[in-house]
Amino acid sequence: MSELTSKTDTVVAAQAATTPDAVLATDAGPAPGKPRSLWSDAWYDLRHNWMFLLSTFLILLLLLIAAVPDLFISGSVSPRDGDLTAHYLQSPQMSHLFSAEWFGYDHQGRSIYARVLHGTRASILVGVMVTLVVSLVGGLVGLISGYFGGWVDSVVSRVTDVFFGIPFLLGAMVVLNTFAERSVPVVALALAVLGWTSIARVMRGSVITVKQADYVTAARALGAGTGRILFKHILPNAVAPVIVVATIALGGYITAEATLSFLGIGLTEAISWGQDISSGKDYLRTAQYVLFFPAAMLSVTVLAFLMFGDAVRNALDPKSR
Amino acid sequence: MSIIDKTDAVLEPEAVGFDGPLLDVRDLHVEFHTRDGVAKAVNGVNYSVEAGETLAVLGESGSGKSVTAQAIMGILDMPPGRIPRGEIMFRGQDMLKMSEEQRRRIRGRKIAMIFQDALSSLNPVLSVGYQLGEMYRVHEGLSKKAAKAKAIEMMDRVKIPAAAARVNDYPHQFSGGMRQRIMIAMALALEPELIIADEPTTALDVTVQAQVMDLLAELQREYRMGLILITHDLGVVADVADKIAVMYAGRIVERGPVHELYRNPGHPYTKGLLESIPRLDQKGQELYAIKGLPPNLTRIPSGCAFNPRCPMAQDVCRTDVPPLHPMTAPDGTELVGRASACHFWKETVNG
Repeated sequence: MSELTSKTDTVVAAQAATTPDAVLATDAGPAPGKPRSLWSDAWYDLRHNWMFLLSTFLILLLLLIAAVPDLFISGSVSPRDGDLTAHYLQSPQMSHLFSAEWFGYDHQGRSIYARVLHGTRASILVGVMVTLVVSLVGGLVGLISGYFGGWVDSVVSRVTDVFFGIPFLLGAMVVLNTFAERSVPVVALALAVLGWTSIARVMRGSVITVKQADYVTAARALGAGTGRILFKHILPNAVAPVIVVATIALGGYITAEATLSFLGIGLTEAISWGQDISSGKDYLRTAQYVLFFPAAMLSVTVLAFLMFGDAVRNALDPKSR
Repeated sequence: MSIIDKTDAVLEPEAVGFDGPLLDVRDLHVEFHTRDGVAKAVNGVNYSVEAGETLAVLGESGSGKSVTAQAIMGILDMPPGRIPRGEIMFRGQDMLKMSEEQRRRIRGRKIAMIFQDALSSLNPVLSVGYQLGEMYRVHEGLSKKAAKAKAIEMMDRVKIPAAAARVNDYPHQFSGGMRQRIMIAMALALEPELIIADEPTTALDVTVQAQVMDLLAELQREYRMGLILITHDLGVVADVADKIAVMYAGRIVERGPVHELYRNPGHPYTKGLLESIPRLDQKGQELYAIKGLPPNLTRIPSGCAFNPRCPMAQDVCRTDVPPLHPMTAPDGTELVGRASACHFWKETVNG
């Protein structure tokens, strides 16, 4: 029998030596000969998905606007300076691209285009900050309760349930009302306090599935400690659904910030689409564009993040298609 | 490096000059507390393995062979598992009395395990080179680069073609036999003194089974390791093992050197197992099967656990649990290493 073994091996070895790619050729797909992981497969899928490309383009554009809003407007126009005598509710000049009067002026004579551009930063910052905090906190809580189970899980899950039971908007109003000055981190924190539970639940479920896998037992049998098992073996296998939920939720957090600002309990310092939508609603019958442009910008931003999240989900979970 | 020094310190005092068996399992009991009651998976198992020796543990599903192995490795889920009694002596030290940290240092370094299904036992998101290298990085503190070089070397040892080119590949890119070779490489990486292989070839093609078994046997001889081979495949055992322990309902019902046990089984259960192997010279005849099913472990029959299925069962079998009798030849000479837990072992051997 050993003769047979060695023969087979030499045949295989010879094959492999002459054409190293031939062995791998059975794995049809991207870049034959290159190792393929879940992530590299997902990346291959994403690069060929128009939804991903479009949303990525939009998100990159929005990030650039958020970083340097003045880059997109000709001349130096402050979003806070209004000239009531010259520009009170002046209509949009659609032919004047990238100029202060492009989207018209609001009831205080401020350039709507400039305000829309400058409002991007607050929205994106809130969305990204909440997502980061929520993923970190929720992810860790889910990892711990899912892995250790037992009474740890019971306690953590009940705490999660308590937070989950608080109505989102009501909770945010109560928290934010205690602050007189509401900066971006304050609003982000208020949203994160109420938002981490969904991520924690997703992570917990995912970890419970993964921890029963044979490779976790195998890692333990080969001497891996708890930390290594948690972060090297379980986390990379359990994190995909969390990434999907987090990217899709990002759009939701941006909407939530706009909602709070619309209600007057959101940002106090920054320029925000929600505030502009709120003030625009008073002129809905005479000057619809005051409300339209910030609302449209908000919609496009949320859509971009939702599409991005959807594309990521499809790439990470091909079965859902 | 401090981890390694500590490991040695833990094992040194008795390890030096200790000349007993490498692993000695004594009167091991394992039970699982479930909603339906207490499932007694292992009920007083005794076996020992010397360095360089291969012990095959044979038995049906649910006979407790894998649970015993998990208890030795310390990877039993507790709760619901519990070890109410018994000792697992590794080089003269009882592992059940060690701290979790001490046991973790033994796992992988001194005792390693090979699992049944290599695909699910390898982490799908990490490359095989990374997982193999992890053994060296975690236990020996090697750098990433050195660990990868060692991983390639190890992949060569287990005869994976073009090891250097494939070290960054992921488990799903390998065939079943190659994956099992990688598992073997991981288990052997630190040259442990004892390897437990839990049905290492069950998930493989018959042709690949032989290759993997040969490889395992070859490497075992080379490193002079003890090997516990858990299987239900009598064919696999015959070539590789030195001695056999047959398990039924959590107890060892018969043990002995391979060839003698095959030639002349001393327990009706072993006899039944051997007779249920399909044979070419009995083509066309009905294949023998042991009647009935293995017992429910929450309600093990009184007396000999095998009595409801045993063709030789008498009244005494339903009341008295047979001890593991040392066996003797008809002329009274001792059969070295052979024992049978049957009241009627004499009749079984001679009839």
